[in-house]
Amino acid sequence: MAVTIEIPTAFRRFTDGAPRLESGAQTVADALNELVARFPALSRHVRDDDGQIRQFINVYLNDEDIRFLSGESSALKDGDKLLLVPSIAGG
Amino acid sequence: MKELYFLRCRECGKKYSNMPQSFCEECFSPLEVSYDYEELGRVARREALAHRAFNMWRYSELLPLPEGFAPSAAVGGTPLVKSKKLGAEWGAKNLYFKNDAVCFPTLSFKDRVVATALAAARRFGFKTVGCSSTGNLANAVAAQGAQQGFDTTVFIPADLEPAKILNTAVYGARIVRIEGNYDHVNRLCTQIADRFRWGLVNVNLRPYYAEGSKTHGYEIAEQLGWELPDNVVVPMAGGSLIGKIAKAFCELAHLGWVEPKQVKFFGAQATGCSPIADAVKRGLTRVEPQKPNTIARSLAIGNPADGHYARRLITETGGWAESLSDPEIIDAIKLLAQNEGIFAETAGGVTAGVAGKLIEQGRIRADETTVVCITGNGLKTTDAIAADFPATEAIAPKLEAFEALVARQLEEPVREQSNA
Repeated sequence: MAVTIEIPTAFRRFTDGAPRLESGAQTVADALNELVARFPALSRHVRDDDGQIRQFINVYLNDEDIRFLSGESSALKDGDKLLLVPSIAGG
Repeated sequence: MKELYFLRCRECGKKYSNMPQSFCEECFSPLEVSYDYEELGRVARREALAHRAFNMWRYSELLPLPEGFAPSAAVGGTPLVKSKKLGAEWGAKNLYFKNDAVCFPTLSFKDRVVATALAAARRFGFKTVGCSSTGNLANAVAAQGAQQGFDTTVFIPADLEPAKILNTAVYGARIVRIEGNYDHVNRLCTQIADRFRWGLVNVNLRPYYAEGSKTHGYEIAEQLGWELPDNVVVPMAGGSLIGKIAKAFCELAHLGWVEPKQVKFFGAQATGCSPIADAVKRGLTRVEPQKPNTIARSLAIGNPADGHYARRLITETGGWAESLSDPEIIDAIKLLAQNEGIFAETAGGVTAGVAGKLIEQGRIRADETTVVCITGNGLKTTDAIAADFPATEAIAPKLEAFEALVARQLEEPVREQSNA
């Protein structure tokens, strides 16, 4: 089983330019943990000191913000796409 | 001449030179424009404003405009209307409406933010500009883009009110309709800004865009005689406007143009999309996103990027937030039009109605100076109120026919007829 974690341009300097990561994780939490384990420089940009996903980052599982699903415990299935997006809105 | 503004991260404080980027590379928090306020204090003089036309450009020194910038048209400079009837009805003696329903060129406060964004777009050499929009922003970008010779593309939710779509298409902008809500549109635009070299005013030009909102606040202070109000009631969509009005007041106090005052900020949302108001009322430290479901489309942002800052501003200044249901919004639009002669769009109804609620609750003290910010014109959202005004009966072009009509109807005041 494989899910894809899409890495936006802004984060790629912490991943040696890698635009995505394939992961066998079962949950969003596991996928994010795998991401920061693979690219430790990304770690403090994804989670704050309390271990929560940082305030200004949105995580989407396919088309849905994970906060409308089960948050980090949302289950993943084969072919799912995770997207990290800096939080920008208004207009 | 040295440039007096730059970008700064709102969280970690890291500074950046001016560029089309909206988030910090260190912590991915939002960037905002900051100024060398000490130098600004030396070069910006309140007396210099006296001979300038009353529109947003009179505050140019306080805006992120490149050297040599010459505005191509007047923007802003809208009336501050002292309330007679609603104020009296609510027992609020010093109630004002800041009426951006008549802002120009496109009848919403978005004209202000687009003006500063396009100045930045020109500076950065963008040929194509655009935005993700719930309607008003698209109108403003299309109009000012056309006027200034930009190629313009706007991204909107597919089911946006027809008037708003038409009001954008007429200027020749390319319109891309997205099957989804505004948050979907926004996410796509973030990806587009990442991939294409376009100036998306509320995405990669966001810090420069946001600064235009300050002029709504500067004008309020100037129109009150260079005094700050006690309370401001502001509609919240992305949550940016309320913060920029606060920033404007702080800057004026810092420059010594007004006496410092702890202004209380009140936020207004629709009950069907009230993530920030809910966070305020429930005492949450994080704003939780919602799925929007309200006729107030211009406030239908379930995941407000500046929600965190808006919530904090409200609670730290001793303000509050309230929301209105859809029926209450329609009533408020009518109340404002029929008492003050101001026809506001749904967001304006929300704000006026919330002001009334807050005064009734005693959260806004009735004897204080309160400004209610009306951000868009009712002509943009006529769909929302159309059902309340069915066509009246037509009569033959004969005097007898009119006399008969008068005999039948004159006992009923006009308002009750229209509410039938």
